[in-house]
Amino acid sequence: MSTPPLQRPSEHPTIAWTLFAALAAGGLITGDAYLASLLTKAMILALAAISLDLLIGRAGLVSFGHAAFLGLGAYTAGIAIEEGVEETLTILALTVAVSAGFAAITGAIALRTAGVYFIMITLAFGQMLFFAASALSQYGGDDGLTLWSTSTLLGTGVMQSDGGLFLVILAMLALGWLVAGRLAASRFGRVLAAAKEAEVRVETLGFDPFAYRLAAYVIAGVIAGVAGFLLAHEAEFVSPATMAWQRSGDLIIIVLIGGMGTRNGALIGALAFVGLEEGLARVLDEWRLVFGPLLILLVLFARGGLSSAIDAGLRRREAAA
Amino acid sequence: MSTTLLLIQLLNGVQLGVLLFLIAAGLTLVFGVMGFINLAHGVQYMVGAYLAVAGIALTGNFFAGVGIGLMGALALGLALEFLIFRHLYDRDHLDQVLATFGVILFLNEAAKAIWGPNPIAIDPPQMLQATIQLTETLRYPVYRLALIAVGLAVALGLYLAVNRTRVGMLVRAGSTHAPMVAALGVDIRRLFMVVFGFGAMLAGFAGALAAPIFSVEPNMGDDLLITAFVVIIIGGIGSIRGAFVAALIVGLLDTLGRSLVTDGLRLVLSPSAAAEVGPALAAMLVYVFMAAVLFFRPTGLFAAAR
Amino acid sequence: MTPILVAEGLTKRFGALTAVGDVSLDLRPGEVHALIGPNGAGKTTLMQLLSGLLLPDSGRILFESAEITRASPAARARAGLGRSFQITAVVAGFTALENAALAAQVTAGSSFRFWRAAARDMALTTAAMAALEEVGLAPRAGVRAGDLSHGERRLLELAMVLAARPRALILDEPMAGLGHAEGIALTGLLARLKTRLPLLLVEHDMQAVFALADRVSLLVEGRLVITDTPAAVRADAAARAAYLGEEA
Repeated sequence: MSTPPLQRPSEHPTIAWTLFAALAAGGLITGDAYLASLLTKAMILALAAISLDLLIGRAGLVSFGHAAFLGLGAYTAGIAIEEGVEETLTILALTVAVSAGFAAITGAIALRTAGVYFIMITLAFGQMLFFAASALSQYGGDDGLTLWSTSTLLGTGVMQSDGGLFLVILAMLALGWLVAGRLAASRFGRVLAAAKEAEVRVETLGFDPFAYRLAAYVIAGVIAGVAGFLLAHEAEFVSPATMAWQRSGDLIIIVLIGGMGTRNGALIGALAFVGLEEGLARVLDEWRLVFGPLLILLVLFARGGLSSAIDAGLRRREAAA
Repeated sequence: MSTTLLLIQLLNGVQLGVLLFLIAAGLTLVFGVMGFINLAHGVQYMVGAYLAVAGIALTGNFFAGVGIGLMGALALGLALEFLIFRHLYDRDHLDQVLATFGVILFLNEAAKAIWGPNPIAIDPPQMLQATIQLTETLRYPVYRLALIAVGLAVALGLYLAVNRTRVGMLVRAGSTHAPMVAALGVDIRRLFMVVFGFGAMLAGFAGALAAPIFSVEPNMGDDLLITAFVVIIIGGIGSIRGAFVAALIVGLLDTLGRSLVTDGLRLVLSPSAAAEVGPALAAMLVYVFMAAVLFFRPTGLFAAAR
Repeated sequence: MTPILVAEGLTKRFGALTAVGDVSLDLRPGEVHALIGPNGAGKTTLMQLLSGLLLPDSGRILFESAEITRASPAARARAGLGRSFQITAVVAGFTALENAALAAQVTAGSSFRFWRAAARDMALTTAAMAALEEVGLAPRAGVRAGDLSHGERRLLELAMVLAARPRALILDEPMAGLGHAEGIALTGLLARLKTRLPLLLVEHDMQAVFALADRVSLLVEGRLVITDTPAAVRADAAARAAYLGEEA
């Protein structure tokens, strides 16, 4: 008999909590600023990838424009700060509203299409935003916008201190992980997953897949927008490059490396991605010469990503014990 | 905008459209026949341009160089098909997107490693370096006119090949009923390989032709690839006719949009601000147009019945 | 008695081919109405029209006196018109229980609930288990649908339709691919069901049709030839010639 979906060893919450603890230790206890900045980058990517996996892994919607939301969140925060808004929560609320609005409008159009057309229309919306950001000459245009200060959380300097910001990002990541997990197991998540596999069946049972997919698209857009909001605070800089289509490709790579439609895949994938990029770049300036072929090999031979490899490893150990 | 300027923009738009068509033709056939999303199609364009530059340097002859670019792109396309892509035809689009993304990363980096990160400029062939008097006030480079003519000739040839020849018939049939074509005893793998190689060659050809107009640099294919995808989506995947019409629309929209939007913005912004914002907004136009097309026709303008 | 489902003058053409031509029929409370006819007679097209997967060129459809001619499949299902498929359509990655619970969500409150685990939702589990029990699949509740046998998947399909608490059912060849014993068991189950909800049944298995049906409609080349009691249809010479001849 096969195992029910949620009992894969790599899906155990302990793995995520261990990773969160390790991140906290690496970022706060070692006092290594370089390591902390790497981990921050990985955490922000992980949060964005968690939201993308909601679309790709759970709903079967391959969005090739997800970095647009990362950029949208970053720009909303950046512009709000530039315009003199100081309160973190106000800016966060703005970010949520803007991302949700953009997701609702573009999602309603994109979800009229399916398959490759969906991939391409999400890409098009991403490009649209990329060029729109490039056109914002009063906010830096092509060159991007440097933030001379960031926001204050209820009058405190939490968001401006390195340690405080690190903790906030870690907390947001943990929250995103929790939300995505609950969502997948909820009634809503079930309809979404069923519509991915058997659309006509779901329709003839009485569900309208469009409504569920649109809701998922908006939720994923908001989470990625929040990741962008964090990115603006961390980098103190926003630029159109954040939403280049290649960045959307990176997010898909992270989801795939980690394992699609898994609870911990995006976490593992983001850490592996940043680690690999950093490790390869140290050895070789032209690290993409190695990374590109690695990606191809991964697609050709290692389906299921690291989650599957972890499953296999843990099961072997169990069997040996 | 003066009539002369408008005419120049029109010609430039058609020229961009023709280049886009050469890239999009292969893309739409590969997708239509094999259901394969090939993001690496844009690097074929880059490879064609670089090899043409190298070929011209080697032989000292422009046309020989273009020939080398064309053959090189063909060889690379066939090699990629044999080594990687044919193992992905049965996979879902996500796997195809990722694997071909890996190819892009590798080839862009390889081009940078071999030829350096800086743009390379080359001259058009001696015999086409002149400009021609089109109207009283307008002189236009002969090379660009030749490019338009060649592009239109290729488009016509392709249209005839797809509609009149046996291979063309198989391609058309294969794009809607691949299993049926296989059942007719046609070696579908060979058909795929021919289509793939041909598409790669056209993209390389576009790169070689574009080399004297745009600068040759790594990543030069990336943005054009996305635009080519927009073209085939607007045109309807699998349709050569759709790709042609959409390529011209997109080429004109992009080129004319650039000056029209900038001109329009001058009414509300300072000239320098308008010059900065205009092109970016114009670049958005193409995507807005695509979203609008898909909103009303979710499978494009000339969708092949499937 | 007012019929629960009415089709009036339904016509659907594909190009020059009239798949369904001017077909009128109804389904009354408490009955099994069987739709028979040779392959290509338009039975499947008619099913698609009734369940909303195709829209008719002309004619109209009423369900509980409300017009649903152009309503979406989802809206029809929510209104209480359930349907099963000829080719089994269950979610292979879900367990049998999860499949049935998914169906139960349709009538057990909103599905736009994002936080609570559906697996711990007692209302869903109870309704789903009841449906599985009704078709005899309760012992297999924890098995992934993809790992069930063909016969079991057909039963699961039926359990899903039942879990959504429909007020009328369209069943598209429920016996297809079943073994002899399985077929007899399913016939018994459908006979029990009809006391609760009317069934519109498309079926090739004539034994099952004549055992279950209160009325039989014969469809030939897209047209309705006769609607009558099973005995009358069996006796009808035209019917014999058109269809039953080779099987009677």
